[in-house]
Amino acid sequence: MQVAPSETPALNNYSPEVRQQLFAYVLQLADTSLILGHRLSEWCGHGPILEQDLAMANIALDLLGETRSLFQYAAELEGQGRTEDDLAFLRLATEYRNPLLVEQPNGDFAATIVRQFLFDTFHYHCLVELHKSPDAQLAAIAEKAVKEAAYHLKWSSEWMIRLGDGTAESRQRLDKALATLWRYSGELTTPTATEQALQAAGIIPDYAALRPAMDAHVAHVFGEATVPVPQGVFMMTGGKEGRHSEHLGYILAELQYMQRTYPGLKW
Amino acid sequence: MVATAPTEERIWQLLEEVTDPEVPVLSILDLGIVRSVRVEGEQVTVSITPTYSGCPAMNVIATEIRLRLLAEGITKVTIHNQLSPAWTTDWMSAAGRRKLEAYGIAPPVDGTATGHVLNLFGKDTAVRCPLCKSEHTHLVSQFGSTACKAHYQCDDCLEPFDYFKCHA
Repeated sequence: MQVAPSETPALNNYSPEVRQQLFAYVLQLADTSLILGHRLSEWCGHGPILEQDLAMANIALDLLGETRSLFQYAAELEGQGRTEDDLAFLRLATEYRNPLLVEQPNGDFAATIVRQFLFDTFHYHCLVELHKSPDAQLAAIAEKAVKEAAYHLKWSSEWMIRLGDGTAESRQRLDKALATLWRYSGELTTPTATEQALQAAGIIPDYAALRPAMDAHVAHVFGEATVPVPQGVFMMTGGKEGRHSEHLGYILAELQYMQRTYPGLKW
Repeated sequence: MVATAPTEERIWQLLEEVTDPEVPVLSILDLGIVRSVRVEGEQVTVSITPTYSGCPAMNVIATEIRLRLLAEGITKVTIHNQLSPAWTTDWMSAAGRRKLEAYGIAPPVDGTATGHVLNLFGKDTAVRCPLCKSEHTHLVSQFGSTACKAHYQCDDCLEPFDYFKCHA
């Protein structure tokens, strides 16, 4: 790598326990943007039209950029000599901490848009608050990423409206995607024990406090899309604790193939 | 070559000669991505900031900075990636903006950045066509050939063109 990792503002004087929690949390964020970025990159060359193919590749790139900053910070927090590449390429599926939503398959364009919209709504609103974190490095990463996340959310929101209020075909596809994917949206704002501890310490945002703005955005977009907001759906969780769907294993098989086959391989 | 202790002023002059691999008419100083230069004896530290988190040009730019300094006999170079404060097009020089338009890329229109504020149904920015200078253009996609550019088309000369997004 040509660029040295960010010059991290002096690591706040965290206790070993908080430091471990922060490591787990930063890793969870990195896993999330890595897996979604990888999923979006699968569209490259297969988008419905060139402009949207480019849009998905651009969003994937933004997410992978955020991923690198996060993995670098996680490696530093861990302090065991592992690098960003070790964290991405040499951990098992059960060690990955991304929520279930982002590992769901691309499906058709409507499924990709619904997955993206649900993620972007959380990602954007979370970054706005994370930008104010007393943890200087998390705040810096969020400061950079939130500008990009605003573009992503605008894009996925506009597509939700086009598909919902478009043709009978686009509406039917959107409805089908919502029926499959909505159940994964709740995990994003369901804190794990680690997240609860960091929320209590004031280091990361309280998800309950994010909900009013998130729900208002969803209601606004669904209203424009003429689609009712799903109600009373049982929410699937577990990804953030390492209990994944079988999809993740296939993603990692492709993502990690080179490092698993040729350990230590460098470009 | 005999290495003499470089001065900060000299380093800035050399950095002016390093260009963006994606937009070769712009120096990295025009772009505003060099945040600081520090010289301590023979050790030179250059802090650069990415335009976008995933900008793949950053590694190339870092390599080119090393090569340019190496050509002057400066070997002890550390390049830091600085995230905060986040890059903004306000840091792009006036000369850089003129060079961009002459190259066929519409420069950022000041005051149109929404920052991280969500501009869901806001108006699209009116951008002047860099080729025929018409103001009758429309946004094709917020996502263009690179992360920092949007894709526009001119309604008069019909040419598609890149617009360097205002990012603040």
